[in-house]
Amino acid sequence: MNTGAVDTGPASRRSPGSWQRVWLRLRRDRFAMIAAGVLALIVLLAIAGPWISPWPQDFIDFDGDWGAAPGLAAGHWLGTDELGRDLFARTCYGGRISLLVGLAATLVSLLIGVSYGAVAGYAGGRLDALMMRAVDVLYALPFMFFVILLTVFFGRHILLIFLAIGAVNWLDMARIVRGQTLNLRRREFVEAAIVSGVGTAGIIRRHIVPNLLGVVVVYATLSVPQVILVESFLSFLGLGVQEPATSWGALVSDGAHAMETTPWALVVPATFLALTLLCLNFLGDALRDALDPKEF
Amino acid sequence: MLTHALKRLLGAAPTLLLLITLAFFLMRAAPGGPFDRERALPPQIEAALQAEYHLDQPLWRQYLHYLGGLAHGDLGPSFQYSGFSVAELIASGAPVSFKLGACAMSLAVLLGGLLGCVAALRRNSIFDRALMALAMLGLSVPNYVVAPLLILLFAIVLGWLPAGGWSTHGIGDAVLPVIALALPQIATIARLMRASMIETLSANFIRTARAKGLPMRLIVWRHALKPALLPVLSYLGPAAAGIVTGSVVIEQVFAIPGIGRYFVQAALNRDYTLVLGVVIFYGALIILFNFLVDLLYGLLDPRLRLS
Amino acid sequence: MQANQALECRQSGFRRRIDVWGRAFGEIVNQARRIGTALFCLLAILASAASIASAAPSNSAQLLRIGNGPEPETLDPHRAEGVSTGNILRDLYQGLTGLAPDGSVVPAAAAAWEVSADGLDYTFHLRETARWSNGDAVTAEDFVAGLRRSADPATGSRYAQILSPIDNADAVSSGRLPPERLGVAALDAHTLHIRLQGPTLYFPGLLAHPATFPLYRPGLQRYGRDFARPGRLVSNGAYQLRDWVVQSQVTLVRNPYYWDDVHTAVDTVIYYPTEDLSSELKRYRAGELDCTYAIPMSQARWVRSLFGAELHLAPYLGSYWYGYNLSRPPFKDSPQLRQALSMAIDREVIADKLLQGAALQAYGLVPPGTWNYTPQSPPWAAWPRQRRLDEARRLYAAAGYSADHPLQLELRYNTQEDHRRIATVIAAMWKQGLGVQTRLVNEEWKVFLQNRRQRLQTEVFRGAWIGDYDDASAFADILRSFDGKNDEAYANPDYDALLAQAQQQPDAALRRGLLESAERLMLDDMPILPIYFYESKHLVKPYVAGWKDNPLDIHYSKDLRILPH
Repeated sequence: MNTGAVDTGPASRRSPGSWQRVWLRLRRDRFAMIAAGVLALIVLLAIAGPWISPWPQDFIDFDGDWGAAPGLAAGHWLGTDELGRDLFARTCYGGRISLLVGLAATLVSLLIGVSYGAVAGYAGGRLDALMMRAVDVLYALPFMFFVILLTVFFGRHILLIFLAIGAVNWLDMARIVRGQTLNLRRREFVEAAIVSGVGTAGIIRRHIVPNLLGVVVVYATLSVPQVILVESFLSFLGLGVQEPATSWGALVSDGAHAMETTPWALVVPATFLALTLLCLNFLGDALRDALDPKEF
Repeated sequence: MLTHALKRLLGAAPTLLLLITLAFFLMRAAPGGPFDRERALPPQIEAALQAEYHLDQPLWRQYLHYLGGLAHGDLGPSFQYSGFSVAELIASGAPVSFKLGACAMSLAVLLGGLLGCVAALRRNSIFDRALMALAMLGLSVPNYVVAPLLILLFAIVLGWLPAGGWSTHGIGDAVLPVIALALPQIATIARLMRASMIETLSANFIRTARAKGLPMRLIVWRHALKPALLPVLSYLGPAAAGIVTGSVVIEQVFAIPGIGRYFVQAALNRDYTLVLGVVIFYGALIILFNFLVDLLYGLLDPRLRLS
Repeated sequence: MQANQALECRQSGFRRRIDVWGRAFGEIVNQARRIGTALFCLLAILASAASIASAAPSNSAQLLRIGNGPEPETLDPHRAEGVSTGNILRDLYQGLTGLAPDGSVVPAAAAAWEVSADGLDYTFHLRETARWSNGDAVTAEDFVAGLRRSADPATGSRYAQILSPIDNADAVSSGRLPPERLGVAALDAHTLHIRLQGPTLYFPGLLAHPATFPLYRPGLQRYGRDFARPGRLVSNGAYQLRDWVVQSQVTLVRNPYYWDDVHTAVDTVIYYPTEDLSSELKRYRAGELDCTYAIPMSQARWVRSLFGAELHLAPYLGSYWYGYNLSRPPFKDSPQLRQALSMAIDREVIADKLLQGAALQAYGLVPPGTWNYTPQSPPWAAWPRQRRLDEARRLYAAAGYSADHPLQLELRYNTQEDHRRIATVIAAMWKQGLGVQTRLVNEEWKVFLQNRRQRLQTEVFRGAWIGDYDDASAFADILRSFDGKNDEAYANPDYDALLAQAQQQPDAALRRGLLESAERLMLDDMPILPIYFYESKHLVKPYVAGWKDNPLDIHYSKDLRILPH
């Protein structure tokens, strides 16, 4: 039982070998694996669904029933929405948009957050104080106000919504990354590296970034569902994606209005939405456990 | 300690000023104005309205004018609700949001904390798994779905509780909104609490306490709870500020006269002064709550108190 | 492999420890259960307390609870604006005239009036028994002050424009003349003279509008602009203001000094702001509201099946259309294209299938039910669907578009559920009927207003209008060349001339002919694409007696009565 690896400090734990170990740990978690499987299915459906469906997602079936119940007879497997559009096609299509929003916004927030936080944390001193003050100011700005202004300025372009949400979401990331960086800088293994003459760039590359990666990955998995929910909230306010495009949030919001008359219009997209968020959260949690140094 | 607190509060002033400046100019940069309407007003009337609210002056003067008023504690008149001052609107809405938020938050902390602890103590049991799955589900369903469902069930099908409104049915008005507000918070806090309790229970000092033969109940109450609460606490700061300033969805669905709706409405109506008012209110609360969290941190964590 | 074993060991060790703790903490868990039970009990108690509280109000006092849409912005009648605000103001104040439950004009603060032969001079005889809610007499000077205040640009009145029939009103509201020069004078305490600049047949009805309500001058003097608040507001209508909690409720109680107080049945009226129509519907179902502001159109059919006769759907003076920006291509100088797009949409589907019968098909601008008017429509309105579509295709091709060279269009609307649904369906009709490629642009209200007004980027945009008084000119006027609502940039001198003639025409039949031919002219030019006419859509509890549907959708609480139930 060689536990020597544990004693050399967290830096070496994130070496390629250790990622393998994380993967092994993750694979051991049955729930996480189920979650990953379900998620993969949903993603597959979102990508392939619009091709499988006999109806284009924005096609209005003027001859058929609007708000028709699910069934095979009319060819609308999951029924139609209040405007006679195929719910299956729209749910799949909405999934594309929602997942895309989640990924893109998370990426934006990671990009800004990690670089901002790492710079502030590593630089320390005045620069750090100044940068964190800026974050404080943005933190104190009500989120809704900010997002509304962004949609007012940039209209309803889907890409801009990604950017807007990412641009708001990076604050948490920046704080976490900065805290971690500050911490890591003071750690023995970094000091040891400094003493043994490794350059700044080397330290960042070999010791700081790999150690941040765990936090970042976990944060990212947990941030995607958050962003998807934010998007759905924007849809509730009517500030979401532009028709005829749609998203799960928009579909759920529409469905919620008619939950008594056409419950399937709520249940179908809400199931997809909740299932996806559930899986992502499970996965994020499992990942966090798997990455937790204390349990090695 | 006191000087430290004072310093912190003084340090918040520039943050707040920056915030006001940012919000002021962002809002003014937005297209459209408070007096735009379906049918354009005759120019003379529009001009009279602009003059009434000093909108005819250059922007920098309006800004200084606003800051001047602020220095005297004057948040200005609302554009949309003519006859009401922003301070009045906030003063009438904030207590409502505050009451709801405080109830929801206490419920969430109690229930969430409890469930989180229990889940942590029975880690990986069926109870734990089920609870966490439920918590995640709670976080995965948007509140604009949950709130109408609650109304449908409790107000229309069962008829136990009012469907909406405020101060018309006594305490019953608050029950559903509080539950709807608290649900996602319960879920979040339970998850946080579970994670940090597990972490704390594996710490050395707990092992020591156990080795000393202390009963587990005592260990949890005396030793584990405090440090385990720390991460929950740092979440609670901003979350409480957010909840106490009201929720757009909950207030809209339950017809509650809080201030949450103003964050959206005032911005959409270009009610410049009301927007700034709620932004300042929110910003100040965030700063205050973060400060309180730090104080509590000091109380709970002896290491921080020393430094 | 080694590492894995280590891991397993550690894990199982951990589990063991947890198990030991689990047993040791059994008591705590039990405690947790107990606390959980206690919390549940607490909630249950709260719930039962609430249900007792909500069952309480059943005394004999007449209480009317009205869902009233958006929060009123002010209760100052001369600065107020919204439909929902008007509802409250009409309960608080009384104009010279009023409306009967069926919408016909009846004497109110004025017991009678005379009109000169040329239709220009009105003399109103005020009721000597009329009192303000503090007991002061209502005098002709109060009305003069009210009208002047409305017309004075310094007031910032949103409705100064509707006073324009009064002599010098336009000059006053544009600041060229002082308010004292407005053609209104108090001959004595109870006689009021109003001079018009043209014979305006609908003028008595106009005097039921809040912008013409009297002003309690001591209130304004004492409190300035902030007089319209509880404890300050003095009103001359059947009710007075008791309380106003923003976003929560406006409470009115009967005005004991009201001249006709003996005939008022309802003692207390509570107006609840109900912005969210789904929530309003739920409150109505839970018995918390006696009438609603509206119903969600997307659920009209279901609501009808649920409530039957409680649902009041009736023609309402409101019109909904898409405007073409005539100052830019593709619609500038292209009447064929404008006609083609209008013909290609199926209004039956929109009114019946999409809006579920809560709206009427529209082919023109002026809605049915308008006083002294027959709605106009283009000849093709009566054609069968296929013929219309064929003609639309022909015109579309004639305008130079085809399958290879389709029209690319931008359709703008402001953020709202129903607008979104209508735009989506119309875009699909254009696409499936003509092959037009439409890009929907949903804009936030203020941005939308600005873009619409500037006409720099709009092509097709949503437009709508609610008549402020019952006359065709309330609608026809908005397409005059320089009207503040004419975002289409429609400019036809003949149209303007016909409207001007109508304004000066004292004979009802001739005036009607002028207005109708103006609309026909406009429909030939097709600056707008009419879509639907509004219907008022209230849910009214069966125990609310005295409710009658009328085209202005005006219902005074003083005319209603709560039956025992």
